[in-house]
Amino acid sequence: MNNLHHPHFLSPQIDIDSIQKLSHSKVLIVGLGGLGSPVAMYLAATGVGHLVLADSDTVEISNLQRQIVHDTFQIGQSKVHSALRKLQAIHPHLQITPIQQRLEGDLLDAQVKAVDVVADCSDNFTTRFALNAACVRHCKPLVAGAAIRFTGQVAVFLPSLPQSPCYRCLYPDIEETAETCSQMGILAPLVGVIGSLQAVEIVKVLLYFGQPLCGKLFLFDAYTTQWRILTLYKDVNCPVCNHTLSADVRL
Amino acid sequence: MMTITVKFFASLREQLGKSETLLSTSKPLTVSQVWSQVCDNISLPAHILTAVNMEYVEANTLVNPGDEVAFFPPVTGG
Ligand SMILES: [Zn+2]
Repeated sequence: MNNLHHPHFLSPQIDIDSIQKLSHSKVLIVGLGGLGSPVAMYLAATGVGHLVLADSDTVEISNLQRQIVHDTFQIGQSKVHSALRKLQAIHPHLQITPIQQRLEGDLLDAQVKAVDVVADCSDNFTTRFALNAACVRHCKPLVAGAAIRFTGQVAVFLPSLPQSPCYRCLYPDIEETAETCSQMGILAPLVGVIGSLQAVEIVKVLLYFGQPLCGKLFLFDAYTTQWRILTLYKDVNCPVCNHTLSADVRL
Repeated sequence: MMTITVKFFASLREQLGKSETLLSTSKPLTVSQVWSQVCDNISLPAHILTAVNMEYVEANTLVNPGDEVAFFPPVTGG
């Protein structure tokens, strides 16, 4: 406990036990780009005790307009180590595990298994599907964000709830689009909006308060400043999560 | 005759140059049929996501007169 997190006492939902709980929480953040930056910075500032950071890239000057955890002093440095420096300056007691590689196979399973929540801040469907499958396997909450051009999405998946859909229920037969933010462009502060909402949902899931965005898809169109929340159902034919449903049916 | 409200979100709004259109119909249509009727008979691209009355649905779902259909693109960037 330290004075850094004292202002939380003003909120009835976040009491001393919550701050203790956050300080013992561990979150895996996959992708330290536009979304991973605000997610990591807000979780560090909020007092989450341990962040596992996974990204194989290095910081480039073209990243800096939207990837605000990095700065001009870190160009050429690995993103995870660049982020580590900034996050430790925000929260000196924060424990950080940097993983400078793509999370795949056994490494992915081991990391997902060891955390309380997984934040999907990646930029491709291959990684997103692998993360989702690992979260379903190990029954871990997944808070997924995505953004491009003027639009963003956020969804929370809670595999511990039998009725919760998974990320694959949302995208059953999508092919990799290769539409990246560097190619298609993105309104820089939009990743701040989407990433900050991911951080809000992660804190709620860690502390079991409020209504998480589970079974919902939040869509934001920055161009028209319109947002919608769609109801998302579990796909009974989902190749990833329908085994939990059939297992329940058997019981 | 009643109308189905058709909404286009994000990059679809940009590509089609409109965010909303009304489709007159006296009978239910599938989501795919709604798309074709308002998009010059072009078939619904497989990657486009669809919602009816704010519920995420598949393209073969029936849409009744008076319903709202929304089309939106997949998003993966980060
Ligand atoms: Zn599923």
